[in-house]
Amino acid sequence: MGWGLVAPALIWTGAFFVLPFAAMVVLSFAHMEGRTVVQGFDVGNYVRAFTDWTMVKALVNSLEITAIVTVVSLVLAYPLAAIIAFRVPARWQRLALLMAVLPFWTSYVVRSYSWLLVLGQNGVVNKALLGLGLIAEPLEIASTRTATVIGFVHFFVMLLTLTIYANLIQLSPNYMRAAQDLGAGRWQTFRHVVLPLTLPGVVTGAFLTFVLCIGDYITPQILGGNTELTLPQLIMLQLGRSGNFPLASALSVVLMGVVTVAYFLSSKWLRLDRV
Amino acid sequence: MARIAPLTAVGLLALSTPSFAQELNALVWCDHTDPALVAPFEEKFGVKVNVKEYEGTAAGLAILDQSQPGDWDVMVIDAVDVGRAVEAGKLAELPADQLPTADFFPELVMEANNRVGGKTYAVTEKFGYNTISYDKTKVDPADMQDMAALTSGKYDGRIGIYDYYLPVLGIVALGQGMNTADINAESLPKLKEPLMKLRAASKQVSDVVSSQTALATGEVDIVVGGGEWLTAVLGADNPNLDWTIPKQGGLRWAQSIGVVAGTTQPDLALEFVKYIVSPEGQARLATASCYWGMPANAKAGDALTAEQKAVLRWDEQPEFLKRAQLYPIPDAATDTAMQDLWTEMLNQ
Repeated sequence: MGWGLVAPALIWTGAFFVLPFAAMVVLSFAHMEGRTVVQGFDVGNYVRAFTDWTMVKALVNSLEITAIVTVVSLVLAYPLAAIIAFRVPARWQRLALLMAVLPFWTSYVVRSYSWLLVLGQNGVVNKALLGLGLIAEPLEIASTRTATVIGFVHFFVMLLTLTIYANLIQLSPNYMRAAQDLGAGRWQTFRHVVLPLTLPGVVTGAFLTFVLCIGDYITPQILGGNTELTLPQLIMLQLGRSGNFPLASALSVVLMGVVTVAYFLSSKWLRLDRV
Repeated sequence: MARIAPLTAVGLLALSTPSFAQELNALVWCDHTDPALVAPFEEKFGVKVNVKEYEGTAAGLAILDQSQPGDWDVMVIDAVDVGRAVEAGKLAELPADQLPTADFFPELVMEANNRVGGKTYAVTEKFGYNTISYDKTKVDPADMQDMAALTSGKYDGRIGIYDYYLPVLGIVALGQGMNTADINAESLPKLKEPLMKLRAASKQVSDVVSSQTALATGEVDIVVGGGEWLTAVLGADNPNLDWTIPKQGGLRWAQSIGVVAGTTQPDLALEFVKYIVSPEGQARLATASCYWGMPANAKAGDALTAEQKAVLRWDEQPEFLKRAQLYPIPDAATDTAMQDLWTEMLNQ
């Protein structure tokens, strides 16, 4: 009976994750002869992934951007989630959360192109800053790493707000009252009570942000202006331009490896059931 | 009687319209997704044309590799890559006597590309130029006649590069006095320094939509690799956008269309090809919403308005055709080296 219930999920996972992933791993050891894929066991693609400076730099770029996005999103999302959970009256919280997820309703691609216009030399941001007299010349924001980070943060702050809010709302007020009864100030209560208890939600949100951000192709492609390459962009170049499926597979396995390492590093606190 | 009349009409329609399957599957570039282009064919033959966009020949051939014979009926392909598709067994022979190539601009018949082993496998449908697009209110149009101006320092940070390695490397080669046909694994290293110099002077390297957006919004004032295909659709809103072929020359792009080998409806597929290269189909394709380009069939001029022909620089084509070279046609090793250089440039 038990196996019968889980069988559909197992079959689904096997057919649409395990088998394709296995095929990708096998293909990653193939190599190209001219424009033809030759099957075999050749670690050349992996050697290239870790020795070719262009590939290494793409991985480094991906890790740097992902780290910045995760930290900035956390810094912005935690206070927002706390305000919604503790300051907004219960009857308004639903509306506040609705406002928080509004960006999810827009097409991802459309949102990215919109940011390109907002951040452009003649965009809203530059016009506002010029109008206020804060800058003399338009800032170069579009087609930079900063634009990529802004596009990502806009999206992931909302995701993190939801995961952190889900944890904060489950926190009994009695914990805070007890801490304050024992003489703890607001900061000490947050530092020693609230934060540790909400850490699983924070880490879960951060992990999801990391996974979605490091694997994203659209945002850096549109907002980054190809001023630097991330690993997903490099993979797409191999697939769409070169037709080098073995190298693309190897780079994808490397990306999967990075996500796996991130999973193990955060697994101590990871609570995906809190999402 | 009232019931018979419509049935008779349907019967007559069925007799007058060839009996084709219900759907035609076309692997295309984005200009073919314009309903204004496809709808007249659908109405005439009573079929649905399903279009799937792809970017880059490698991706198109990969899609065919992963498909079953018969999944696809027609394919649009870079004219210089027809031989590559034929070599891979992806295109079926076309009856050359049924194609109106006698009406084409002579340079666009491109037999050397569309014919392999004495057989015709594709027909040129549209062409244009990869050169320099610019905003004439923000740059000196005289400067745009010389590629050296791009890296002179005067336009640093105001240049966008079209993200397609073949035409841009071709343009860089022309700037160095090298013909596109002479780009090979040995000569390619000579292009590295000027390419990196151009990259250093540029603000972004972007696809079609992002390049158009950047030029239209003033994010950049020049797009290297641009041409009429980039500025024509923006011309109505911003008549200051222009393009030119500098003294060093430019590249001529051309796209061909063919019938996919293994199609289960070769007659319908051929009819679609014939429609596309007919004067009416050519005029619609030339002004398709995704991007404009010159029709290969010169008789399409009768179906275009004077304004449309002005945007396409119809009257200047003889001069442009003389000054433009074809895309590089690299062998596999050179192609890989060109892409590696391009990737290095992107990530420098």
